[in-house]
Amino acid sequence: MSAIRRRHPALTAGKYAALAFYLLFALFPLYWLLKIAITPDALIFSEGTRLFPSDVTFTNFSTVIFQTDFLAYFGNSLIVSLGTAFLTTMFAAGAGYAFSRFVFKGKRIIIAVMLITQMFPLLMIIAPIYKIVADLGLLNSLTSLIIVYTAFNIPFATFLMQSFFDGIPKDLEDAAMMDGCTRFQALRKVVFPLTLPGLGATLGFVFTAAWSELLFALMLISKNDAMTFPVGLLTFVSKFSVDWGQMMAAGVLALVPSCLFFIFIQRYLVQGLTSGAVKG
Amino acid sequence: MARIELRNVAKRYGAVEVLRNIDLDIEDGEFIVLVGPSGCGKSTLLRMIAGLEPITNGDFLIDGERMNDLRPRDRDIAMVFQSYALYPHMDVARNMGFSMEIRKDPASDRKTKVAQAAETLGLSKLTDRLPKALSGGQRQRVAMGRAIIRDPRAFLFDEPLSNLDAALRVEMRLEIARLHQQLAATMIYVTHDQVEALTLADRIVVLNGGDIQQVGSPLELYERPANKFVAQFIGSPTMNVMPVQGSATKVTAQDGTTIALPDQPQAAQAIELGIRPEHIDVVDAGTGDLAAVAEVVEHLGSDTNIYVKVDGVGPLMVRKHGNIPVKSGDRLGLRFQTQNAHLFRQDGTALR
Repeated sequence: MSAIRRRHPALTAGKYAALAFYLLFALFPLYWLLKIAITPDALIFSEGTRLFPSDVTFTNFSTVIFQTDFLAYFGNSLIVSLGTAFLTTMFAAGAGYAFSRFVFKGKRIIIAVMLITQMFPLLMIIAPIYKIVADLGLLNSLTSLIIVYTAFNIPFATFLMQSFFDGIPKDLEDAAMMDGCTRFQALRKVVFPLTLPGLGATLGFVFTAAWSELLFALMLISKNDAMTFPVGLLTFVSKFSVDWGQMMAAGVLALVPSCLFFIFIQRYLVQGLTSGAVKG
Repeated sequence: MARIELRNVAKRYGAVEVLRNIDLDIEDGEFIVLVGPSGCGKSTLLRMIAGLEPITNGDFLIDGERMNDLRPRDRDIAMVFQSYALYPHMDVARNMGFSMEIRKDPASDRKTKVAQAAETLGLSKLTDRLPKALSGGQRQRVAMGRAIIRDPRAFLFDEPLSNLDAALRVEMRLEIARLHQQLAATMIYVTHDQVEALTLADRIVVLNGGDIQQVGSPLELYERPANKFVAQFIGSPTMNVMPVQGSATKVTAQDGTTIALPDQPQAAQAIELGIRPEHIDVVDAGTGDLAAVAEVVEHLGSDTNIYVKVDGVGPLMVRKHGNIPVKSGDRLGLRFQTQNAHLFRQDGTALR
């Protein structure tokens, strides 16, 4: 007597085939990045499109790390991305909490305005942003990037945080206040620990967005020592040649912090932390 | 311990008036149940007492001290929520001791008190579990433990049993009754379940549409309802109400039969007669006040419910103790225990 209904084997095979195809499709560019990064320069063009090179080298990595400005770009990107992620998440958490819990005048208008900011193509406003930043004397500074990225990410991050706060029953805060908490204590001791998955998701989302942003970085930064990583990558393209091997090696290295960051926050992303709070 | 007074309390959300002119004195140690249909404002009233909703009008006093503007934490009242509202990231012991943690009581005190409360509620073996690893009944106990550990001036319960299944509900109801006897604390309990109200309350407050309909002991409400709403809300099965034509000491049903009411001198004002299912006797066909046909008969063992049809009057329900040998389709006579009948005026108020 088996309670599990077995699917037709062809269906199961089809499901896995589809999944495999999708994985292949999604991961192939990453594989290609890695493959070219470890291919010796001499073989990149001579071997044609082989799936795996006949010889493997790590000189591209060492060249990128020790002989280019890559580490400086990397450091700049880290500062900008972390700064943006923390600032944005802080503002978004505050705003999201207010939207979720309080009724106040102008709430709908603020939400509408925030939505509207998300409707413009960035290209349209790049010139005015450049003008503003230039007038503030912030060109070629990492601060300008942090400010611009934070401004652009706050609306979406706020909606994200609001939905996380909406998911936390209001009864919990009421109970905490009955137990003797002030509203702020209730927020800190009860709501905040339960929002960690939301904060993690928002941090991760904003970090990745800032890490890979090219357009504003390209516009606002022209000095080599303030370049972020995506802009820095372009320096591998010179007038007469493209240094593919080094460019790909730099690309692989750039994936590392994103991966580390997500490994770090993924335990906060696990669902079900609030289960058991209320009925069911 | 606390004496709670509500003086002309009202609640408005913008133009919507949710509660009007609520006047209520609650004695120290009294168990008060607020009961009414959903949307009657009973939970709002409770949350106003808790301090979770501002009071629009009127005064709320504990032991003569005005509490309107105090924050929940300064009112020293504990509340048990319908949803339990346990802190999911804290184990049972920390959930129960949370209020002491906030008050910065010494950890050793907290430990003893938590152990004591856990013992009382039969939770001793579960103190290191997270709420998600508990059953519904256990969660409810933790929520109660969280309240009793504080030794507050008053307890508030907001439909605490409505998420439990029937058997557990009876068990927890007893537990709450026991707890009240043990603690002798003032308790205010909100429910829409009249059985909970009747079994737990010292006094019941019946609310409808934002007004208090009647305040009284369970028996008072059952025996002398102030109006048709209370009459039909309290008591299960529901009271039968039929339109009548009143005159000096009798009423005439719509089919023309008259029912003598010797102890109701004001019967002339009556437009409706109410009689509880248990106050109608089944007699042989052709005798009694009304002639009826049994439509559906439910044999419950301890009781028999008979749904009858009376030509020209409509359906009525009769409940008799024990097993009555009646089958559907049988013709019967009904005799009203007129000393237990209720008469209602045009505006719904009862004639006494």
